[in-house]
Amino acid sequence: MTEALLEVTDLTKHYPVRAGVLRRQVGTVHAVDGVSFSLGTGETLGLVGESGCGKSTVARSVLRLVEPTSGQIRLEGEDITHLSKTALRPHRRSMQIVFQDPFASLNPRMTAGDIVGEPLAVHGLASGKELEARVARLFEQVGLRPDQMQNFPHQFSGGQRQRICIARALALEPRLIVCDEPVSALDVSIQAQVINLLIDLQRQHGFSYLFIAHDLAVVAHISHRVAVMYLGRIVEIADKDELFRNPRHPYTQALLASVPVANPLAKKLVPLVDGDVPSPVNPPSGCAFHTRCRFAMERCRTERPALLDAGDGHQVACLLNEGTGRNNAVA
Amino acid sequence: MANKSDLVLDVKNLKTVFFTNSGLFKAVDDLSFTVKRGETLAIVGESGCGKSVTALSLMRLVPDPPGRIVGGSVTLEGTDLLALDEAQMRAVRGNRISMIFQEPMTSLNPVIRIGDQIVEAVRLHRNLSRKEAGEIAVEMLRLVRIPEPARRAREYPHQLSGGMRQRAMIAMALACRPALLIADEPTTALDVTIQAQILALILDLQRELGTGLVLITHDLGVVAQTAQRVIVMYAGRKVEEAGVEALFAAPKHPYTRGLMASIPAVPASGAPAQARLNEIPGTVPSLVRLPQGCAFAPRCKLAVKRCEAEYPPLADWGGGHLAACWRAEEVAEVA
Repeated sequence: MTEALLEVTDLTKHYPVRAGVLRRQVGTVHAVDGVSFSLGTGETLGLVGESGCGKSTVARSVLRLVEPTSGQIRLEGEDITHLSKTALRPHRRSMQIVFQDPFASLNPRMTAGDIVGEPLAVHGLASGKELEARVARLFEQVGLRPDQMQNFPHQFSGGQRQRICIARALALEPRLIVCDEPVSALDVSIQAQVINLLIDLQRQHGFSYLFIAHDLAVVAHISHRVAVMYLGRIVEIADKDELFRNPRHPYTQALLASVPVANPLAKKLVPLVDGDVPSPVNPPSGCAFHTRCRFAMERCRTERPALLDAGDGHQVACLLNEGTGRNNAVA
Repeated sequence: MANKSDLVLDVKNLKTVFFTNSGLFKAVDDLSFTVKRGETLAIVGESGCGKSVTALSLMRLVPDPPGRIVGGSVTLEGTDLLALDEAQMRAVRGNRISMIFQEPMTSLNPVIRIGDQIVEAVRLHRNLSRKEAGEIAVEMLRLVRIPEPARRAREYPHQLSGGMRQRAMIAMALACRPALLIADEPTTALDVTIQAQILALILDLQRELGTGLVLITHDLGVVAQTAQRVIVMYAGRKVEEAGVEALFAAPKHPYTRGLMASIPAVPASGAPAQARLNEIPGTVPSLVRLPQGCAFAPRCKLAVKRCEAEYPPLADWGGGHLAACWRAEEVAEVA
């Protein structure tokens, strides 16, 4: 693999749950519980999972928008986990984020041009005529017209607003762009436009994406590698093709089987899991998935499976895969 | 064609308009369709295409002002709902025709116990004691496969998970055994594993009870896995209607074709990493300033002069496959 741009080791984020008059801590939300992965230059790593699995917390911890409880984040070889605000500032330029909701993430009282130009102004990289020219170029890159710079966010459609967010993220020529559900709020036909734009921009500029989404199809499409999260942990990580062709964790298998296929002749969808995702406040002991797993054994209740290599960089955290690297119960 | 008595719902030339500050717009324009007993009809389209307003029109729940149903008929089991007064409509709504919404939290009353909410719905339409209705409520919760239904009936909505709440909504909607159930994006707010559970549940119950189902969704995957017939809407109009297999095998309208091509598929194995998707250029037009001809023409690769000038009629391409496109014949070859 290429040199790692981002290395996350054993990342953990706990939130205290407080209750009562004295706000005493009565529990802990295990939002992220020991997550490790690396992301190469020019690579896209998809992070999928259902709501509450901690994927957005991982994204925000990587950018230090939330402070991790423990673990290490290395960007371009440098440990940024404990850097002070000022020391972090130059690194902020190399990492940007695109949020899910383009309605909430743009200041309604700023023009689109000012929004896109703000990062350049803040970091003192351009001003006056030069700033304007650079913003105009950014507009063109994301498929907007420079004459739309004077417009306000409400004058744009959802897809166009997401383009503004992307232009703002591009402004500082980052090495890493975190995309947190960037297309989930968009209509199907617009979704395709934005996905294509993200792919094109990566080819031109060679930056990396950490791409968070709940939609497996979207993730499958844009990612080189995919990590599946469940209750704060990565349960499986592999190259995209390998993961979708040969899912080894029972949870990944259940997720894939749940996606309705747009083909009426394909096998009708069969829910492979019952029940709901347990609360991350008191996650189940052992393997967190054992409460919903078809193959759960006695050991799964007590032993927490480690994320182990099953060959070719395909890592799985499941006791069934231990040693053999195969999910025998399924294969 | 369907046997007359088999027909649950017959909508003819439905037209719903909204009066806004920026002008009058037709949210639903000249829409006709039927639903048979036990049949699932999917209405698919993007935001603003009129699919949800259609659902509200069938329920006579269009907010007035600004909206109003200005034409057409909605015949449910032989009765034209548009001709009923409000009191008569209340006797039908929740009884013969029910609806489940996208967000179960906003459609359940947060301060009333789940069981009591179902009891209220049941007693509104059936002359039963509290106790009898309570038994029906627990029975319904069992039917939608909520574990420990008697205990859950005494809980409040916030004590239930999202999937459970949607099950409770379904229990309430089906408590009076309606002839027609309208489901407006019933699984959009849910996680994918829960979505699979809820869709399977809706289809099971529908088979069991013989209810007609109108399923409103933006997700072509959900359509393919659930519906027998599909209506595709664009800018307030029906642009295509067909049996689900015919539609996915050979879509006649360029918009339908574009939608199908623009969704990424799982698994994408074999395909090169990051293949570009086919996109439909441009955006959905504003309903206030619709073009004179076909509303899709400005985004359509096949558009010719005629498309901009005249709205194409819905033509039958065989076997009840309807499409409103001047160039439907060439769609298969060109695109």
